[in-house]
Amino acid sequence: MADRGTFLGWPVLRQLASGDFLGRGPAVTTRHTRERTARTATADKVVKSVCPYCAVGCGQNIFVKDGRVVQIEGDPDSPVSRGRLCPKGSASEQLVNNPRRQTTVLYRAPYATDWTHLGLDEATDMIADRVVETRRRTWQDKDEHGQFLRRTMGIASLGGAALDNEENYLMKKLYTAMGAIQVENQARI
Amino acid sequence: MANSDCIVIQGSNMAECHPVAYQWVTEAKLRGARVIHVDPRFTRTSAVADRHIPIRAGSDVILLGALINHVLTTETYFRDYVQAYTNATMLVSDDFQDTEDLGGVFSGYDPETGQYDLTSWAYKSRAAGEEKVGEPGPEEHGAEQAAVAEGQAYGSGGPPLDHALIERDPTMTDPRCVLQVLRRHYARYTPALVTEVCGIGREDFDYLARSIVENSGRERTTMFAYAVGWTQHSLGAQFIRTSAILQLLMGNVGRPGGGIMALRGHASIQGASDIPTLFNLLPGYLPMPVAGKHESLGQYLEAVSSKRQKGFWTKADTYMVSLLKAWWGDAAQPDNDFCYDYLPRLNGNHNTYQSVMDMIAGTVKGYFLLGQNPAVGSAHGRMQRFGMANLDWLVVRDINLIESATWWKDGPEIASGEMETDKIATEVFFLPAANHAEKDGTFTQTQRMLQWHFKAVEPPGDARSDLWFYYVLGQKIRERLAGSTDPVDRPLLDLTWDYPQDEHGEPDADAILREVNGTYLTGEKAGQALPGFVELKADGSTASGCWIYSGVYAGEVNRSKNKVPDAEQSWVAPDWGWAWPMNRRILYNRASADPQGRPWSERKAYVWWDEEQGTWVGHDVPDFPVTTDPAYRPADTATGPDALAGDDPFIMQADGKGWLFAPKGMIDGPMPTHYEPQESPVDNALYPQQRNPSRLVYPRKDNLTAPSAGDPGVDVYPYVATTYRLTEHHTAGAMSRWLPYLSELQPEFFCEVSPELAAERGLENGGWATLISPRSAIEARVLVTERMTPLVVGGRTVHQIGMPYHWGVGGTGAVVQGDSANDLLGVTLDPNVSIQESKVSSVDIQPGRRPHGADLLRLVQDYQSRSGITVMTGNDRLEDAEERGEAR
Repeated sequence: MADRGTFLGWPVLRQLASGDFLGRGPAVTTRHTRERTARTATADKVVKSVCPYCAVGCGQNIFVKDGRVVQIEGDPDSPVSRGRLCPKGSASEQLVNNPRRQTTVLYRAPYATDWTHLGLDEATDMIADRVVETRRRTWQDKDEHGQFLRRTMGIASLGGAALDNEENYLMKKLYTAMGAIQVENQARI
Repeated sequence: MANSDCIVIQGSNMAECHPVAYQWVTEAKLRGARVIHVDPRFTRTSAVADRHIPIRAGSDVILLGALINHVLTTETYFRDYVQAYTNATMLVSDDFQDTEDLGGVFSGYDPETGQYDLTSWAYKSRAAGEEKVGEPGPEEHGAEQAAVAEGQAYGSGGPPLDHALIERDPTMTDPRCVLQVLRRHYARYTPALVTEVCGIGREDFDYLARSIVENSGRERTTMFAYAVGWTQHSLGAQFIRTSAILQLLMGNVGRPGGGIMALRGHASIQGASDIPTLFNLLPGYLPMPVAGKHESLGQYLEAVSSKRQKGFWTKADTYMVSLLKAWWGDAAQPDNDFCYDYLPRLNGNHNTYQSVMDMIAGTVKGYFLLGQNPAVGSAHGRMQRFGMANLDWLVVRDINLIESATWWKDGPEIASGEMETDKIATEVFFLPAANHAEKDGTFTQTQRMLQWHFKAVEPPGDARSDLWFYYVLGQKIRERLAGSTDPVDRPLLDLTWDYPQDEHGEPDADAILREVNGTYLTGEKAGQALPGFVELKADGSTASGCWIYSGVYAGEVNRSKNKVPDAEQSWVAPDWGWAWPMNRRILYNRASADPQGRPWSERKAYVWWDEEQGTWVGHDVPDFPVTTDPAYRPADTATGPDALAGDDPFIMQADGKGWLFAPKGMIDGPMPTHYEPQESPVDNALYPQQRNPSRLVYPRKDNLTAPSAGDPGVDVYPYVATTYRLTEHHTAGAMSRWLPYLSELQPEFFCEVSPELAAERGLENGGWATLISPRSAIEARVLVTERMTPLVVGGRTVHQIGMPYHWGVGGTGAVVQGDSANDLLGVTLDPNVSIQESKVSSVDIQPGRRPHGADLLRLVQDYQSRSGITVMTGNDRLEDAEERGEAR
């Protein structure tokens, strides 16, 4: 870059010299900008992903440094999206690194006025206990005509459609085996 | 979409709700395509379309029906396509009577159940000693079908027929042939009626009709694109059917740039139907068994498909047995019906709204919410919260502390005094969830394509994937039941539940997708991944968790991970992700060639018959038996795939044809017909029957319906409200209202009104308004805009109000909050698929903020009593013709 202290630093000359004829690129960058490095350039790795919002399925490149997501951008390789993301997809780095995100287990006892904390193992134990107990208590083996029902009407489930196929598969498999049939998804709504 | 010559976007605001996909509409436009947007609101989609046509919400069948009438009367439909590929030539039973003959109901309506007996809708049979084909079995009454939302079971193919020996008239002139039945049904759907009912002028209608006609045929294709603007109605499935009929008539199905693009709103909402977490389905659109109807595996399979019909649904036994093998492994043997009896049975409609009412009734005790926020995102938010307040336990798994996790301390009913925290017994567990960057797995996007997302980082703190949660929950339940001798526990103890885990305990998503794909269990290939569903067997020698996904792991390669860059492959992009079935990108693509197997035109060539090689070839995987010659005609005794003639492109249909008339499968009518929404200020201009007589109604004190035209009190809730999404927010807000960027872009809940309505009610732009329905009252900022157009319908002005539904009250950590539009809505459902009518409701709007506490309840009650509504208002299924006549 020409010395900006002399007439060689005039913008029009810089534009001509750098080939940035419209003055929207290197010819008009400040030193501050030049000295900055994009987070995407210093990332340790780029992981291929898919946008979790709508069902268009835009490709995402997730830039990771030191085990942390530092940026999420559109994947130019994707024949679906060709590198583009909408405002939601572009904001998805905040979905991951959100200080407002709840990252510990919370428990509200019956009639309690606030949350208390639980360990993950303790919480899953308690939930398993409740499933087993509720299933037993609400089990329906046959209807009034003697036809098999083999189910519980005491347990219901509603899932969002950002669930992976593999997750839906395990859910449906487990619920069906336990006899829970009121299993629904945003796909109904 | 880039290959379309004309794109009609109706029931969708694609440019704002699917902005990145909209680049393909733009691309089509740059190539010369015409884009038309039909929508109640002028949006950014309208702004970049060639024309915006405003329509009254809920009147789409009239407009589409008039287009059908137009192409039939002007003989501008694609005759060669229609004659060869649709059921236009088939004869309908003499018993069938149309809504035109019966004042708005089809033959077979049963006022007692509110549903149809479908017998009279059957085809005429040409088999000896038989009158009809497609007659429902004794257990196939519409009432049973509505109960299990059976329409949804046809997500990958049509309903069964006994066989495909149907009487036909190739000239399509017989008065009982489908084309003529269709002609009569839509004869009164005229441009004048469109003006009267939809509020659309003649010039706009002519423009739309001309655009579709001029851009269909051998050389050109038109595409329709829709979203929940079509599904969320009390006859939503029929909206889509009407468009399907039109697209079949115009020859726009199975061809590049044609079809109907369902613009789904969530990352894997397609996947959540394919591998369903839906009450009425098993993986691959196999129905859940129904008590009394499917007592044994044999009975179940007979009901799913007939071995004598055409196409690939005759192989349902191989799909089902392989599923049972995948789930119960060695325990599933031929002598125990492969553990078929381990499956729980349905005996009613167990949809999510019914479950919520059952929570209020006290029969549902425990509830899991996985990345779902019904307190804000489901219709009738109040009912949702009252349901949760009556549970024993609630498990919420989400990334943020959403309103559905915190309603017991900060919900609207705590504020109104209807609930008190220390009197609510519900035990609540909140478990933080991992997001897409923190786990491996597949989403199935809107074109049936599975795409793998790779894990980038570990989830923070206690956050885990739902895969981990369900795997661990299953292990812990099985530990607790270990050693049990109770037969009730066998399905859990015999379950195949053993997956490799990584060092953090996360189960291997690859291994699960491989189980879904399926494996050989016996023979020399035992243990190997299946190449596709045609290899599935009904003898227990194969396992597959979801037959339509079989092939995704062919050759032990996870093909959902395919990521060959766009620039390095063909325009069909077969090497990016994997689309079911068998990586086909356009379904029924045999129809892209003429009956002789030649492309309809060079311009629209897609797959075609290669005479020399004796196979189907082309740009995509042919959706047809690859060696079936176009000239092949099966013997009457042939069945299954062998019974598909060389010109039967619709290989998942029981007769190989695209259905203009549906003898089965649509339980509220073989052809779509117009009914007004549950709440409407307009009389049904066609029939004394005001509403869809088969819709699912829930007459309850907490679910009152506003009076419609002709009822006293209709002026108390005089305006039509419709709900929608914004670009910057996502559904109930869990993935957007907690994000600073997005919240800054769209901070406040608002409603859109026209300047005329603003003047009528004294509303100020930027000021506050209170919206009141028979369910609730909420407040919103007012946006006065010409984007809303008052329509003259039936001689009176109809004002429409638009509201995004992303905001909620309560929750912890949300950047922005606001009242929830869904609190205004009631619960009335489409009978085919049990989806709620959330796109149309009746409200009043007044300037100023809403009252709080008991005053809010008084306001809602005051409106209710002024309107004189009762629990039964709007909930009689069959209108008394005479009574309605008098009221008018």
